[in-house]
Amino acid sequence: MQKLFKLITVALLTLSASIVSAEIKPAVIFDMGGKFDKSFNESVFNGAQRFTKETGIKVMEFEVTNEAQREQGMRKMAQRGANVIVCVGFAQADACDKVAKEFPNTKFSIIDVGWLDNANMRQYVFNEHEGSFLVGALAAMASKTGKVGFVGGMDIPLIRKFACGYVQGAKTVNSKVEVYQNMTGTTPAAWNDPAKGSELAKSQFDRGADVVYAAAGGTGTGVYQAAADAGKLAIGVDSNQNYLHPGTMLTSMLKRVDLATYETFMDVKSGNFTSGVKVLGLKEEGVGWAYDKHNKSLITDVMKSTINGLSDKVKSGAIKVHDYMSDNNCPA
Amino acid sequence: MLEMFQICISLLDSTIRIATPLIFCAMAGIFSERSGIIDIGLEGKMLLSAFVAASVTFLTGSPWIGLFSAVVASGFASVIHGFACITNKGDQVISGLAINILASGLTITVGIALFSRGGQTPSLGSDQRFMPIDFPFQSLINNIPLFGDLYSDVISGHNILVYLSLLAVFVTYYMVFKTSFGLRLRAVGEKPEAVDTAGISVIRMRYQAVIIAGMLCGLAGAYLSIAHGAGFGREMSAGKGYIALAAMIFGKWNPIPTLFACLLFGFLEALGNRLQGVELYIIGEVPVQFMQALPYILTVILLAGFIGKARAPGAIGVPYSKEG
Repeated sequence: MQKLFKLITVALLTLSASIVSAEIKPAVIFDMGGKFDKSFNESVFNGAQRFTKETGIKVMEFEVTNEAQREQGMRKMAQRGANVIVCVGFAQADACDKVAKEFPNTKFSIIDVGWLDNANMRQYVFNEHEGSFLVGALAAMASKTGKVGFVGGMDIPLIRKFACGYVQGAKTVNSKVEVYQNMTGTTPAAWNDPAKGSELAKSQFDRGADVVYAAAGGTGTGVYQAAADAGKLAIGVDSNQNYLHPGTMLTSMLKRVDLATYETFMDVKSGNFTSGVKVLGLKEEGVGWAYDKHNKSLITDVMKSTINGLSDKVKSGAIKVHDYMSDNNCPA
Repeated sequence: MLEMFQICISLLDSTIRIATPLIFCAMAGIFSERSGIIDIGLEGKMLLSAFVAASVTFLTGSPWIGLFSAVVASGFASVIHGFACITNKGDQVISGLAINILASGLTITVGIALFSRGGQTPSLGSDQRFMPIDFPFQSLINNIPLFGDLYSDVISGHNILVYLSLLAVFVTYYMVFKTSFGLRLRAVGEKPEAVDTAGISVIRMRYQAVIIAGMLCGLAGAYLSIAHGAGFGREMSAGKGYIALAAMIFGKWNPIPTLFACLLFGFLEALGNRLQGVELYIIGEVPVQFMQALPYILTVILLAGFIGKARAPGAIGVPYSKEG
């Protein structure tokens, strides 16, 4: 009897679970950096976690370990009945586009891409230059030498966009500031080379920089480590990385890919999913800078008020931060 | 002038840091290839031991245990290589390649299983790493102009594995050229039949050589993850094993020239890191792509034109069997 009761309970539970998941089955395809890259992918993961926490709906995940798996993973998710799939990063654009055409009834959302055209796809573009502008200003204020550094991952226009915003921000508060820029590489391996990141950071320190901003995925961990070892300041990217090295992490440029993920799932759940391009900038709180207990001691009141002032001006349009990708050129 | 000197100092400093894993791996290559076993698996063994070093150090809290485990793990990978191509007379290149592929996949898979961080290990604190060592009298010598900087930045201030790598070069030189073990090692790589006739086991000699090679790769891997870096990241060896192999050929399977080849490659990378985005006279800003290709371009030029014929050990790549 007891056994039967147990069996029924289990059956009921499974049934109820399947009813819940019948309405929405979300999935995420993490890219090469991996789910816990402490940066881009992890931010997406956090957005998915938030969704799961609030709704109790599990999010299916797939981590690609090589490029060929992207399309495979997406198709597998769609075949397994996922009705909304988040593709993470511009590198997945081709695969996402292809699979979206194969499964017109599945909804797709892709981050960092704004050039595709599918009726079932939403595309998120971030104004990284605005967020980088703020941390650039912060870097220039925190620097004692008047020299700041930037370490990019793969040399692509998107990363140039980060760099360009950063330079503009730094020059806004200190017109004489010198900015050193380095790119880690020209292949996707550049996102995962902490040893090179640390060498690049050290080379910038040697030239006098005392604040370095890394927009380089997993390579960034090497940059932050080098800064911590040398007692210099570093700026994180994408998600809040201040906790990595409290005391030497000046701030992090937040790119709310978690928001994009969460919003996508929520919109599908409530039936408000729209296709097209969504731009998230300072005004939409899609980008920003991190201020928490880990970097409180590094940020003075003057810095804080200056940044907030600049932020308001960018939001209102009084300051226009140039977007590198608009003309592949940086005026600063 | 003084600024120029400062730049040179920091370049040399960086050169040494970048060259260290290359030196360990190239010495490993010398041991293995001098005995007649091609070792294309330097890369994989380095990656594997970087992972083992970081994981064990994180779990035990001691970098020394991490280092020891890395050496053992890499030595074990060498035994697999040896079993495939010494005992079973398999193709040495294929076996080495298999080790590279195995290491690449295994580290990520086990890493995800252990730490669920997408193949990374948690980052290590400074008490869990080999930190830079400051030599004595630094503050005193620092007052001497020029030499003071050279002493405190280039000579002193590296972690213990950097010094160990230089020691490894001289030990390798001594072992290969000044001991009877070395004589047999070279003979096994040139004319194994002769060694066999003299009553020395070729199999045994070759196993010893590949195990020593594996242990040296272990040191290189540990350097990447628990000395220079602070944790393992997937594919973090990033082709250094192959560059070490090139350096070894460049150095004609000879420890001292190989050391300089490693330093040259390290220097070129350090230079590339520093010249990136810098405006040069006449040329203008150097593109990133060019700076990154520079070490490889130079390798091709130097190998093609300047070092003369690089002659590999006579019996390299040929499995030894008594029946002939």
